[in-house]
Amino acid sequence: MAEELSACERRPWVEATETPFVRIKGITKMFGDLAAVDDVSLDIYRGELFCLLGGSGCGKSTLLRMLAGFETPTAGTIEIDGQDMAGVAANLRPTNMMFQSYALFPHMSVEKNVAYGLLREGVPKPEAMQRTADMLSMVKLDGFANRKPHQLSGGQQQRVALARSLIKQPKLLLLDEPLGALDKKLREETQFELIRIQEDLGVTFIVVTHDQEEAMTLSTRIGVMDAGKIVQVGEPREIYETPNSKYVADFIGSVNIFDGEVDVAAPDLMRVNTAEGAIVCEPMAGLTAKQKLHIAVRPERMQLSRTPIEAANTMRGMVMEVAYMGNLSVYRVQLPGGQCLKVTAANGLHDENPITWDEEVHIGWSAAASTVLVK
Amino acid sequence: MSNSKLARRFVIAVPNIWLILFFMIPFLVVLKISLAEPRIAIPPYSPLWEWVNGEIKFNINFENYAYMWEDTLYINAYLSSIKIAAISTLLTLLIGYPMAHYIARSPEPKRSILLLLVILPFWTSFLLRVYAWIGILKTKGILNAVLLWAGIIDEPLIIMQTDIAVYIGIVYTYLPFLILPLYANLVKLDDTLLEASRDLGASRISSFFRITLPLSMPGIIAGCMLVFIPVLGEYVIPALLGGPDTLMIGKVLWTEYFGNRDWPVASAVAIVMLIIMLIPIMVLRRAQSKGAEI
Repeated sequence: MAEELSACERRPWVEATETPFVRIKGITKMFGDLAAVDDVSLDIYRGELFCLLGGSGCGKSTLLRMLAGFETPTAGTIEIDGQDMAGVAANLRPTNMMFQSYALFPHMSVEKNVAYGLLREGVPKPEAMQRTADMLSMVKLDGFANRKPHQLSGGQQQRVALARSLIKQPKLLLLDEPLGALDKKLREETQFELIRIQEDLGVTFIVVTHDQEEAMTLSTRIGVMDAGKIVQVGEPREIYETPNSKYVADFIGSVNIFDGEVDVAAPDLMRVNTAEGAIVCEPMAGLTAKQKLHIAVRPERMQLSRTPIEAANTMRGMVMEVAYMGNLSVYRVQLPGGQCLKVTAANGLHDENPITWDEEVHIGWSAAASTVLVK
Repeated sequence: MSNSKLARRFVIAVPNIWLILFFMIPFLVVLKISLAEPRIAIPPYSPLWEWVNGEIKFNINFENYAYMWEDTLYINAYLSSIKIAAISTLLTLLIGYPMAHYIARSPEPKRSILLLLVILPFWTSFLLRVYAWIGILKTKGILNAVLLWAGIIDEPLIIMQTDIAVYIGIVYTYLPFLILPLYANLVKLDDTLLEASRDLGASRISSFFRITLPLSMPGIIAGCMLVFIPVLGEYVIPALLGGPDTLMIGKVLWTEYFGNRDWPVASAVAIVMLIIMLIPIMVLRRAQSKGAEI
C-alpha cells in the first residue's frame, strides 16, 4: 500500500484512467409516491473518501442503505468491484456499515462486538480474537475489551463501531453520519483519525453527512444531494469555488447571493443588474441579455474599509452587527437596496480601532469573486 | 412539613396501607392458623393463646408441617403442580414468543389491532371462557364433531378430564400474560441492531438467536414468571377441565379447607406454597432490575 498513490493524489475522476470501484447507474427508490432517491448515477473510485452531503430528507441515507443492501432499489443498478449487487443480501455484500447510532450490541462486550463479524464468517476463534485485539489497539481502545458499550463514552463507542465495521476488511465502508453524535472538539480530532485509518487501510469510504465542514475536511470528493438528486459532484475546492447552483453555493459555506438579470454579456465585459446596483463578473459564454440569474460572493472574498476601495465592484453600507470569532470577525452590513451582506475580515494583532456597529463602510470585491449561478 | 412532602407521603402511604390491610394481615392470620391444632368448633382451630388459671398459655405447634412431610400426598401435589406449571409455561412461551415477535414487528395500525385481539378475551369472564372449553373439548363437543365430520378421526378423542385439557386451558388463559410483557420488550428492540448483525454477515436466523433472543431475555423471564407463579396455585382450570388424576396443590388446598375442614393443615399447605413461589418471584425481580440496566 505504501508505494501506491492515494485516491486524492491519483485523482482518477479527472481523466478516466481507472474503472470505477462503485458504479451507481440510474438508481431510484420510491416510498409510495415519493422518490427518496431519484435517478442517481455516480462513479466512485478505489481508495476514495466520498462524502454524500445534503440536508435531512435529501435521500443520502437511503442511497447508503441501498449500497448496504437494507433497501432494494425501485430501478437502476449498483455495481461494487465489477459485481452487480441486485439480489445480493446484506450479509453477503463486500460492504460494512458504521451506523449513525453505532448500533453496538448492548449485551456484548466491546471485544465480542468487534469479533462478531469474524466469528459469523467462520474465522477460528484464536485468530478472530487476535485480529480483534489488533483492531482495538488501532482505534486506541486496548484495555477496554471487556467493557459493555454502555460503560463507554460517546467517543469510545464511536471507535468501537468503527473497529467493528472495519474488522472484516470490507472493500467498501459505508459511514452514516459517523461523527454526528460527538461534540465539536472530539469531532475535529476524530475527522483526522478517520482520514488516517482510511489511508492506512486503503479502504474505500462513502460517508453520509449533513455537516458541510465535515465533508470539506474529510473527502476526496463530495456529492451534494437535494430532493433525491445529486446536484453537483466534485472535489471540495471545486464545490466551494465554483458551485453550479444557488442551492450548492448556499449549502456549502456561507455566501452572499444577489438576484439579478444580465445587463451586458460581451466577451470582454459581463455585467449584471441587481437591486443593489450593477455587479461586474468574469465574462462567461452562453449568457444572453435580460437573462435572470444569481451572483454568489463569498464573505471572505469581500473587502471592508472605512475609506473607498479600488475594486471592480464597490458598495457602501452600514454595519449592523459584528461577531468576534477570534481569528476573524463577521460583519453584517446593511446595503441601501435592503439586502444584508455578510463580510468576514481577519483580525490583525492589536487592532486599536476596529470597525464597529453603526459605521458607514465601503465594501469591494473583484470580478473573479462574483460567481455566476444560472440555476 | 411542606405540602409537597405531605402529598408524597400520602402517595406512598396508599399502596403501603393497601398491602398491610389486604396482604400482610391475611398472611399473618393464615400463618397463625397453620401453627394451631384442629378443633371441632367455630372457628375450627385452637386459639394462639389461652388464659389458663390467670396465666397466658401459647399454643404453637409445628405438627401440621410435620404432617405434610409424612403424607406423600402433599409433596406429590407440590411436585405435580411444579411440573404442570413448568410444562404449561414452556408451551405458552413456545406459542407466545412468535406471536409477541410478530406483533412487535408489525406496522402501526395493524399492531394495535393485534394487541387488542390479545386483550379481547379479558372482556369475558374467566370462568365462562373455561366453561366454553368444556363445550369444545368434551366427547360430544365441537372439536370432536369437526374432526369426525372431516374424517380425520374415526372415534371421538377423550380430552376432557385429562392433563391435556388442563394444559390447553392453562395455555389459553395465560397466553396474554406472557405476550404482553414480551411484546413490551420486543417492541423496544432497535432495528438497526439487526441490520448491523446482518451487515456483519449473520443470517436472519443467526441474528435472531444472537441478538433478538438474548436481548428479549428480561421479557421472556417476566412473561414466564407471570404464567408460572399463578399456574402453580391454579385451582379453577384443573377442577373444571382436569380429571381425578390431575393433582395440583390448589385442589388439595380446597379439599383440606372445605372437604376435611382441617384449617391448620390447609394453612400450612398454603404457607409452604407461598415459600415455593418466592423463588420464581425473586428470579423475576432480578430479571427486571437487570432489564432496567440495559
